[in-house]
Parts: sequence; structure tokens; C-alpha cells
Amino acid sequence: MNNFHSALLVAVMALVTALIRFLPFLIFGENRKTPEFVLYLGTVLPYSIMGMLVIFCLKNVSLFSASHGIPEAVSCVLTGGLYVWRRNTLFSIIAGTVCYMLLIQLVF
Amino acid sequence: MKRKKIIKAAFVDSLPVLTGYLVLGIGFGIVLHTKGYGVAWALCMSVFIFAGSMQFVAVDLLSGGATLLATALTTLMVNIRHLFYGISMVDQYKGAGAKKPYLIFALTDETYSLACHNLYQNPEERHMYCFFLSLFNQCYWVTGSIIGSLLGAVIPFNTDGIDFSLTALFVTVFVDQWMSTKNHFAAMTGVLSTLGCLLIFGKNVFLIPSMVVITILLTIGKRFAKEEAHE
Repeated sequence: MNNFHSALLVAVMALVTALIRFLPFLIFGENRKTPEFVLYLGTVLPYSIMGMLVIFCLKNVSLFSASHGIPEAVSCVLTGGLYVWRRNTLFSIIAGTVCYMLLIQLVF
Repeated sequence: MKRKKIIKAAFVDSLPVLTGYLVLGIGFGIVLHTKGYGVAWALCMSVFIFAGSMQFVAVDLLSGGATLLATALTTLMVNIRHLFYGISMVDQYKGAGAKKPYLIFALTDETYSLACHNLYQNPEERHMYCFFLSLFNQCYWVTGSIIGSLLGAVIPFNTDGIDFSLTALFVTVFVDQWMSTKNHFAAMTGVLSTLGCLLIFGKNVFLIPSMVVITILLTIGKRFAKEEAHE
């Protein structure tokens, strides 16, 4: 592909991404009092979003073929379980990731 | 002194993202390179777009010579979830002054997951913490992209599955939030709405319906919370 067109595409992607990120801040501006509803969303959305992101990351798992989602399920439970036990983010992530890599590379 | 302490805290908290971003960034650099786009492209894209999953999609758009309109619409679909991050940070980032544009620009999934549960009450400290958190994360991402682009083919071990580290990060944040409150309505809403929409709409378009359903359910939940408070 020619470089000029590619550069234009990169610019469009950068622009649209920035637009999405800036939009809420432009609407609920710096000088206005944040509406009560947005304040409420700010307190509850983080909880919903993390649930959404976990599912989003697992969207390619197929329960009825290949490994049936077993490596993902085992590794997620291990990650979460270790976190409940030790409350150490880095430790949980490394253990969960190593477990997942071993499962998909050696077992499934 | 205070400043040093905050920067250090931001760095330590950003470490879980370090592995994930380096590895994914390297993956991105490699894929981009195989399509004939060298290190300058990797650098520009990671500096100016800075959106992980979008940049992987971008490789196909670039190499396939997509139209401007198709590119804009695809970006909108893939990144629309960032609207939620903005909405929930509107108040937290208020008054951040010169730091604010960068704080908003660099609000990725991972930065958000760490920034949304920061414990700083003082706005100035909070903004400094989130600023360095965002900056460290972007540095990891840019570094990874450059490494991948330059020496992609010579990675000495099998990295299949290492991208699970980002899933694991979200799982730990989810569990942490779950244990921090007795009211699990919002967390359950997030999981079940997204799962339901994934099953109904399929994995390509489920995010927008999920966001709509989550917003509606949380709004209904607010009504109930209010009625309970009145009783």
C-alpha cells in the first residue's frame, strides 16, 4: 500500500480513538458541576467495567471445541484464588500466566 | 520528597502492566513488520494511537488498504468501550490542568483498571500519580513495539499464551473490587450483561449492546438504592 494512504489511516485511527476518549470530558466540562447521574456512574461503573473486560478478554474461548475453555477457566481461578490468599497482584498475574502458558503449550 | 514517593508508587503499581504491554507490544511490532511496515510506523502508531487491540486490527486495515470511512467506523466499534472509562473518570480528573489532556489521551484499559481504584484523596496527588502511571504504561507499550519491530524473529522461547497476563490483571482487579464491597450489584451487572450480549450478538458486536444494557441496569439499580435510602 502506498505510504500516504497508510499515514492517513493512522491519523484517522488516532483521531477517532482520541475523540472517544475526550468526549465525556468535553461534554461534562471542567467548569461545570458534574451531574449527579455521572457522579453515580463514576462510583459504580468501575465494578461493571472490570466484569465486562474479563468477559471481553475471554470472548474467543469456545466451550464446545478445542480445549473447551479449560486452560482459561483453570488459570482465571488460580489467578483469583491466589489474589484472595496473598493479595499480591504481580504474584497472581505471573502465576496465572505461567499456568496458562504451560497448559496451552504442553497439555492442550 | 512527596513527589518522589508518588512516582515510585505509580511505578510499582504499573509493574503488572509491564509484562503484558512489553509482550503484546512486541507481538504488535512483529506482525506490523511482517506486513512491510517498519519501526517508524510501529513508533508512530504506539505514540499517537496507543490502543492495544485497535493497533492489531490496524495492521489488517493498513495492509488491506482500507478506506478512510471503514477505518473510522472500525476504530469506533473497537474503542467505544473507552467512553465508559471517560465517564467514570470525569470527576477524578477534574482540575488536573496541564496534565489533563495526556491523562485523557492515555486512558487505556490497563491504565484505567489501575487508575480507577487509586486511593488518593488529594486531587493534586491523584493527578500526579495517574499521570506517571499513564506515562510508564505508554513507555512499556512503545518500547515493546520497537523491540518487536526490530528483532521480532529472534525471540528465544515460545511465548504462546503470554498475553493472558492482561486477562489476569483484570481478574485480580475484579477480585480486589469484589472483596472491597458487600454490594455486588454493579459487578454482577457487568459480568452477566456482557456474557448475555456475547451469547446473543456474537463476539464481533457484543460490546455496544453490553454497554447499553449495563447503563440501563445501573440506572434501575440507582432507583432501588434511592428507595431503600428513603425507607
